[in-house]
Amino acid sequence: MTTRPDLLVVTDLRTHFTTEVGVARAVDGVSFQVGMGETLGIVGESGCGKTVTALSILQLIPSPPGEILKGSSILFDGEELLKAAPARLREIRGNDISMIFQEPMTSLNPVLKVGHQIEEALRLHRGLSKSEARSAGVALLAEVGISDPEERYDCYPHHLSGGMLQRIMIAIALSCEPRVLIADEPTTALDVTVQAQILDLLAKLQDRHGMALLLITHDLGVIAEVCDRVVVMYGGQIVETGTTQDILTRPEHPYTQGLLASLPGSGDRDVRLNPIPGTVPSPVNWPAGCRFRDRCPVAEERCAESVPELLPLSEETTRLARCWRVGSIGGPVEGST
Amino acid sequence: MRTFIARRLLGAIPLVLGIATLIFFVVNLAPGDPTARFLNPNTSPEAQEQVRVNLGLDQPLPIRYVRWLGALAKGDLGDSFSHNRPVVDIIQELLPNTLLLSFSAIGLAFILGILLGILQAVRQYSLLDSIASMVGLFFYSMPSFWLALMMVLLFSYGANVWDWPIQFPASDVQDIEYAFFSPVEKVQDRLMHLTLPATSLALVLAAGIARFTRASMLDVIRQDFIRTARAKGLSEPVVIFRHALRNALIPVITLVGLYLPFLFSGTVFIETVFAWPGMGKLVVDSILERDYPVVMGGTLVFAVMVVVGNLVSDVLYAVVDPRIRHD
Repeated sequence: MTTRPDLLVVTDLRTHFTTEVGVARAVDGVSFQVGMGETLGIVGESGCGKTVTALSILQLIPSPPGEILKGSSILFDGEELLKAAPARLREIRGNDISMIFQEPMTSLNPVLKVGHQIEEALRLHRGLSKSEARSAGVALLAEVGISDPEERYDCYPHHLSGGMLQRIMIAIALSCEPRVLIADEPTTALDVTVQAQILDLLAKLQDRHGMALLLITHDLGVIAEVCDRVVVMYGGQIVETGTTQDILTRPEHPYTQGLLASLPGSGDRDVRLNPIPGTVPSPVNWPAGCRFRDRCPVAEERCAESVPELLPLSEETTRLARCWRVGSIGGPVEGST
Repeated sequence: MRTFIARRLLGAIPLVLGIATLIFFVVNLAPGDPTARFLNPNTSPEAQEQVRVNLGLDQPLPIRYVRWLGALAKGDLGDSFSHNRPVVDIIQELLPNTLLLSFSAIGLAFILGILLGILQAVRQYSLLDSIASMVGLFFYSMPSFWLALMMVLLFSYGANVWDWPIQFPASDVQDIEYAFFSPVEKVQDRLMHLTLPATSLALVLAAGIARFTRASMLDVIRQDFIRTARAKGLSEPVVIFRHALRNALIPVITLVGLYLPFLFSGTVFIETVFAWPGMGKLVVDSILERDYPVVMGGTLVFAVMVVVGNLVSDVLYAVVDPRIRHD
């Protein structure tokens, strides 16, 4: 579908954690591409491996216990990040690829002024002097929509609200004009009204700076609003990918269908919510066969035996799904709506 | 901030008054007779009475208390029974030695403890971490006077016997020939004399501080904002020292106030072991001689130092953590 050249290519990413009860295969063979200026959404429930995927790209996984297995590949503009020296990786972090996190309240250092935290990346990657960094930092605060940026610049994080802190996180992430912005549930911890503002801001800034956006969320509403393409993750694997349009209107995988069905309807007040039964199994022992089997309304015997491949649905290779019944289950599955 | 300090200082006045009262009655109600050391069984009752009058011990306790407090308000701690000098003079002479020893010890303890704690946290579960934990626990459980004796045995006596290049003096604050030394030699001599007592005091404290710092640091480096700092591309030393350490130090700073009483009771032993002419040794000697004014004066000075130390630790706390600044 996309004609844009790929900027970030993740291939067969496997990130495992050694725990006391066994090896947690949090991310287990994930592949996707993000084109220049594209917005890719990664969606799934908590515990599906979305955040670990995001953290793996910048290698921010605490290690030990985490480990990105050999055979995984993360290409950024043709450069293999998993083989990059630590110093090279630090050049890329915050400069070429930036990240914002779920919890703005805890993602900023409580004992340092926000201005200082904005300046750091500017001075490190852009080599600005203290006064240059300050004026650039104040301009950034204004750009992300913070009123009285001069005054806020010298505030400590505890003086500011969650929405404002997330704007500051975005300002920090954008300070060096990255080519990829990874946003890990950037609106989850915020009030609904603030959520919309932050999403608008992200979309606006993406247009202005032409960066690629990797948006991680569990909220399909967010996906619908800003994403070009969607990757649906379950059990540390991708279960379905496609354009936002396709995923939202013609979901193929029962999990995607379940996610959509569990959304509150826009008009039908009388329709009860339809949650997917059960919870995500533990990454230490994913079920054999299809990992969604236990919760799937249309599971068959063969689903327990082997793992279905992520198969293209048609000629177009960007539309993939991991289900034995792919192609045979177009449209909502009975009992899931 | 300024009003906070002023308020705390005002609050300290009744506290010190209470402590002074407690000290007065505990010392004066303790069994034993301060005149006993001046007298023998053959002394006539008149002479005995005269000694008591001279020392002001003939008055009833409440009157002595009020007189003592009145003098205290004027900065007079009375005269020593055994030295025949004002207590204030004695304290003025010895306090600098104790301050030198305790500040060196607590400074050394915090530098050592914090550095070791950081190193242990950053290399958690490494060989270095386990060894440091074990050695730390060893020093933590050692009484400082025993540690002091062992250090004298090894670095002073042993070093002399085995002809080590450096031998540390085992007693006093300076050499007998100190007055004839050049300025550089004077500093050297002071440092040499300071090394063993300060180290034996500091090691015990440092072990505790290291354990605290390690735990606090481990807590901090798992926080989200550390991940943010790394995501910015900051180097590991910047992440650890600029982002993690200041947060990790917040609980460690409370230890300054908490450790001061330990430190001063430590100086009592250490000064005795090293014949260090300071407040600790003075108080111990005076207790043995029942020199009440000196015991009371010395203890009061220690108490005031603990109060001031806690105030300093509260102020430091606010300096490091902007969230609790009292403005």
